[in-house]
Amino acid sequence: MSPRITQKIAFSLLFLVSLVVFIPVLFIIGILVSKGAAALTWEFIFSMPKDGMRGGGILPAIVGTLLIVLCSISIALPVGILAAVYLNEYAKDNLLTRIIQLSIVNLAGVPSIIYGLFGLAFFVIMLNLGVSVIAGALTLAIMELPSIITTTRNSLNNVPASFREVSLSLGVSRWQTIRRVVLPNALPGIMTGAILSIARIAGETAPILFTAAAFYVPHLPHSLSEQVMALPYHLYVISTQIPNMPEKITYGTALILVLLVLILSFTVIILRIFFRKRYKW
Amino acid sequence: MKKIFTFIKDFLIERIIFLCGILAIIFVFLIFLFLLNQGISFFGAYSLWDFLGGKFWYPASDPPQFGILSLVIGSLFVTIQAALISIPLGVMTALFIAEIAPPVIKDILKSVVELLAAIPSVVIGFIGMITLVPLVRKLFNIPTGLSSFSGALMLAFMAMPTIVSISEDAIRSVPWSYKEGAIALGATRWQTMYRIILPASLPGIMGAVMLGMGRVIGETMAVMMITGNAAHIPSSVFDPVRTMTATIAAEMGETVKGSTHYHSLFAIGLVLFIITFIINFIADTFMRKTRR
Amino acid sequence: MVVKIQVNNLNCWFKNTQVIKSLFLSILEHEILGIIGPANSGKTTFLRCLNRLNDLNPHFKSKGEILKDGRNINTIKLETLRQEIGMVFAMPISLPMSIYDNITYGAKQHGIKNKKELSGIVEESLVKASLWDEVKGRLDQPALQLSGGQQQRLCIARTLAVQPEVILFDEPCSGLDPISTAKVEETMINLKDKYTIVLVTNNVKQAARVSSRIAFFLMGELVEIDTANDIFVKPSDRRTEDYITGRFG
Repeated sequence: MSPRITQKIAFSLLFLVSLVVFIPVLFIIGILVSKGAAALTWEFIFSMPKDGMRGGGILPAIVGTLLIVLCSISIALPVGILAAVYLNEYAKDNLLTRIIQLSIVNLAGVPSIIYGLFGLAFFVIMLNLGVSVIAGALTLAIMELPSIITTTRNSLNNVPASFREVSLSLGVSRWQTIRRVVLPNALPGIMTGAILSIARIAGETAPILFTAAAFYVPHLPHSLSEQVMALPYHLYVISTQIPNMPEKITYGTALILVLLVLILSFTVIILRIFFRKRYKW
Repeated sequence: MKKIFTFIKDFLIERIIFLCGILAIIFVFLIFLFLLNQGISFFGAYSLWDFLGGKFWYPASDPPQFGILSLVIGSLFVTIQAALISIPLGVMTALFIAEIAPPVIKDILKSVVELLAAIPSVVIGFIGMITLVPLVRKLFNIPTGLSSFSGALMLAFMAMPTIVSISEDAIRSVPWSYKEGAIALGATRWQTMYRIILPASLPGIMGAVMLGMGRVIGETMAVMMITGNAAHIPSSVFDPVRTMTATIAAEMGETVKGSTHYHSLFAIGLVLFIITFIINFIADTFMRKTRR
Repeated sequence: MVVKIQVNNLNCWFKNTQVIKSLFLSILEHEILGIIGPANSGKTTFLRCLNRLNDLNPHFKSKGEILKDGRNINTIKLETLRQEIGMVFAMPISLPMSIYDNITYGAKQHGIKNKKELSGIVEESLVKASLWDEVKGRLDQPALQLSGGQQQRLCIARTLAVQPEVILFDEPCSGLDPISTAKVEETMINLKDKYTIVLVTNNVKQAARVSSRIAFFLMGELVEIDTANDIFVKPSDRRTEDYITGRFG
């Protein structure tokens, strides 16, 4: 066979293989939209479940997920930013820094169920927080730390070194330089990183399984020390544990969860384009 | 006076920054410590050998049996099948995106891969359960579609984003001069690809594969929903299996806190943690090699 | 004449490469000391030793002492030292904020909060940097909208706003057109009465136009230092003559 023909065959094969990845994704989105769209009513989003969750809406699950996710990002964001500041602005090239980096890589690779176990043993039992929004939020906060640190560090790194030199040369201290010049200019990157990790943890189930999620709570949460319903766990429950579940509700729940994640991801993309136009140096 | 105040403030904040900096180490250490601590109380009541070598996981029978061999084999069995499917597909897709696809198709494919990465695993598990599982059952004419094969298909699909995007980075970072050299010698683009580009980007691709497998072996929700959860050593790919992750997720809710069963789940967590730690370490070593 | 800065036996290295070799030098109060020399002769490194900006580079090492007003600069608090010894960089680096905020940036960090006082500093600094007339009506506009030459004078004003005693200029006109260059040079000459100025430049003619004394650096060594007149009319070293007559560099 001539090399030309081999190349043609090989390229066609690669193209077909790429479709194998491409088509199922469209299939998933397609099936969710076609079967779940009917469920997307104000009533479904804004009312309580009825008839052993076989009817009514999923408001408590939506509120629960938003609450857990917002709490966890407000814990992880400041800590993650400061950690990135340390790595990018203060850390020297030494053994400690190597170990920190290795730990971050490892934290990123720890299975989510292990975070669930850790959250249960540490936050729920040892710190006596109980199965609660705050215990789940703390567990997820540790889990999203690696990605926040990495994205923040990249955006800190993109702030020109000359800005730091100018500020330091005016006799401004190191921390004030970081606070007044470096962080404000790294903000766009930090923000997009934060939203991206919100999107990721909003769909996490395993870490909140034993730390925050409740099978069924018939009211909206009153405080952070209560257990709550959460969208991903709710989807798991209604699709596996409850017989005779109306299809509309399961698909509707899955669609809302995916929409929540996708809206966040699109916000990131739009923000990125917006900031790319505004911040040029 | 004011200056002294600023000085103290700066000093304090820099201490806090340092503390946050080393927090990652503290958490990795804490996670390990807690798993170890809870797991060790289990080994006080049950022998390590029976735990690692026992074939039967019957935590509720009397006397209970906590052999995780079938669970470990279940996890590895699913992971290996997923690897066999996802590695060739993932690397080929990466190659297509990085080297062949015209810009528009490349952008579309990349956003679809990102889209896939964003879909929560419980949603993928749900869709797989109602579409893939019946399909597998009909196609292969088996009693239940809830099998290690269905799980592996789903996991292979979920590992795609990691494998594709990291492999693509590795392929793109092969210096232009390598390709130029081969083309100048009269090689076709395809020949250049598999003789020059693939070997040169191999460490990066290996890193991508290891990271993807780390993801797969730690995946919980989709696996629990699709693999059938029967704790026995599978004799064929169409047998249901139960993974370590699914065991922890499914049973933790039913155990009594502080019981042997409760501690045994932490012991499984410890085994899982060590396995993923090793996988990630290997992945990181490969990735470091490419960066140089 | 009062010695403002005294450098005794200064040696500097980046990794294992020595970039400054046993340098002895005095900088007098209210003079403009021009430092000339070909690229990589250690001029900029020397300048950045004076405000310890080299310390940012982990590979940098130095030996020897630098005295400011008779006091070793290593014993002065870093922030105080850098406030007293200001620096203007080669490229005009405006921070991405308004003109007003650029100038008050340093002063605010040094504890000046009073609005009136800050406005006074802004006007005074801009007047001294000969930029006031061009920007007085639009202080709230982004500094990045100014032309290169205006930005460089803004950088000078920003340095003046923290009330330095010494100003280091690191090839301040290398990115500017001739007209802007002339304006910056004029500004430097006007500043001479109140400040001590060290000017590193690649442009021998510029050094001749503004400097009171000129030092010639070559490969990390100080070859010769003399008044501008003498160094051009009768250089005592052959290498100086070669350089200023353009035979190398």
